Amino acid sequence: MADPVVLGIGNRDRGDDAVGLLVLDELAARGLPGVDLMAGDGDPGWMLDAWEGRPCAVVVDAMVTGAAPGTVVSFDASSTALPSDARLSSSHALGAATSVELARALGRLPKRLFVIGVEAGSVALGSSLSPAVATAVGLAADAAMEVLADA
Amino acid sequence: MSDPTTRTIAVEYLARVEGEGAMKVVVRDGVVEDVEFRIFEPPRYFEAFLRGRMYSEAPDITARICGICPVAYQMSSVHAMEQAFGVEVGGQLRALRRLLYCGEWIESHVLHVYLLHAPDFLGYESAIHMAQDHREIVEQALRLKKIGNQVMTLLGGREIHPINVKVGGFYKAPTRADLDSLVEDLQWALDASRDMVRITAGLSFPEIEQPFEFVSLRHPDEYPFNEGRIVSSAGLDIANTEWNDWFLEEHVARSNALHSRIRSRGSYHVGPLARFALNRDLLHPEAVAAANEVGLPAVVTNPFRSIIVRSVETVHAVAEALDIIDRYEQPAAPAVPVTPIAGVGHGATEAPRGLLYHRYEIGGDGRILDAQIVPPTAQNQLTIEQDLREVLERNIEMADEPLQWRLEQTIRNYDPCISCATHFLRLEIDRG
Repeated sequence: MADPVVLGIGNRDRGDDAVGLLVLDELAARGLPGVDLMAGDGDPGWMLDAWEGRPCAVVVDAMVTGAAPGTVVSFDASSTALPSDARLSSSHALGAATSVELARALGRLPKRLFVIGVEAGSVALGSSLSPAVATAVGLAADAAMEVLADA
Repeated sequence: MSDPTTRTIAVEYLARVEGEGAMKVVVRDGVVEDVEFRIFEPPRYFEAFLRGRMYSEAPDITARICGICPVAYQMSSVHAMEQAFGVEVGGQLRALRRLLYCGEWIESHVLHVYLLHAPDFLGYESAIHMAQDHREIVEQALRLKKIGNQVMTLLGGREIHPINVKVGGFYKAPTRADLDSLVEDLQWALDASRDMVRITAGLSFPEIEQPFEFVSLRHPDEYPFNEGRIVSSAGLDIANTEWNDWFLEEHVARSNALHSRIRSRGSYHVGPLARFALNRDLLHPEAVAAANEVGLPAVVTNPFRSIIVRSVETVHAVAEALDIIDRYEQPAAPAVPVTPIAGVGHGATEAPRGLLYHRYEIGGDGRILDAQIVPPTAQNQLTIEQDLREVLERNIEMADEPLQWRLEQTIRNYDPCISCATHFLRLEIDRG
């Protein structure tokens, strides 16, 4: 069976929106044999293809819920819809949350799907990473490794 | 606060537009008093960022302005630089640029038509809700969009923020076999895009006809992507070098984005409806056949029907992509030589959502001294406000919820790429 995959989503030019990609960088540095790491923009076609045929996928993206910047939350999205107030922040057309729910409607979710959201502060073009979000990169990587350990 | 006869609608953000922005309408005693479609642009961030950078960096930097239409930004920038340096890019390299643009049009149009705009017409809150009843349409959309992405990935080097485009051509040209690998999918896409035209033509449309001044490129031989004069339905016919003589960008207090207007005339309309009205005779025969099959008139002035025209343009992009691949021979070099000289260059190309104008002033060392970027959504901003006003006046008795939806749909008619220009889109209806 194919390896689990971690999908990191974000834009390095938009401040805290980079966090999904930074978590991927962190996981790559730690070294995760048997796990594929893929960077993208949350496009549904890309996500559905990325996890097709895989037993487990972990999606990491920035999130805007009103919580303190740097707050890390982990959802088991396999059987429960993402809470509608947890809008994964995307400056693109269809973000990761929409893609996950679109996949659910089409019956194309992987058997196990986890979504790790990191609360963003500024996602303004050209802004730098908030200190709280920089700290959260390691925590989000820990959370990803935890769910992958059970995969 | 509202009095008992007042209704107020506020929406935190408007979904299904590419990016974020804001809208506010004010109604007093049943009369529309003000309509504002606001764009909060990180003001001219990229124009400032480009100053001092080398001319060769412009395509990669400007590609990052938009995740949906990076090719448009790359194309307008490379054409502007080539004009400044007196460089001609022809033959297969020129054809490859058109092919890359075909990929972006397919990807962007399909995303908008099926996943962002169709739910409005079919009465669904989103593509997610639509997928439960129209699974086959959503699956078709995802496959079509993926084919557009594949064209962009093959020529652009990667799917997001393509990196293979340079002033003078490409860093690497594809082989014949590379392009042949796209043919089977594109042949499927030709049928699927014809279906798009039939499906969208079968939708119900609000009655509204607007007196638009359409503005688009016009090339003697081709439906416009990369090159041509800038023409309008009111008789404008200018070279791209004359842009600032005829168009005016002005600051409006409520918005960070600059509003565009034609000097001495006012608002204008760029995008599929404009291209179609001004270039229908140059559409690919497959697209003409698809338009004729559904009885599309030569000029469409109902902005809600833009969804059909966008579908016709998708047929065009797929059919032209197949033609380009059929005639492709790998060029001897992936780019022509470029020597920077001091000067000014202008580039105007057709992004999926309309004309995108760039102007650069370059120093003798090849560094950018000044940059001007006019995205299509900023150009349509006044026109969108006029449409909102018209739709509001016609539907002023409508209950808040359907009215709000209709107004959102009115904005979505323009496939606004607000991320080129903005943040959140908040919708507020004030009937105080």
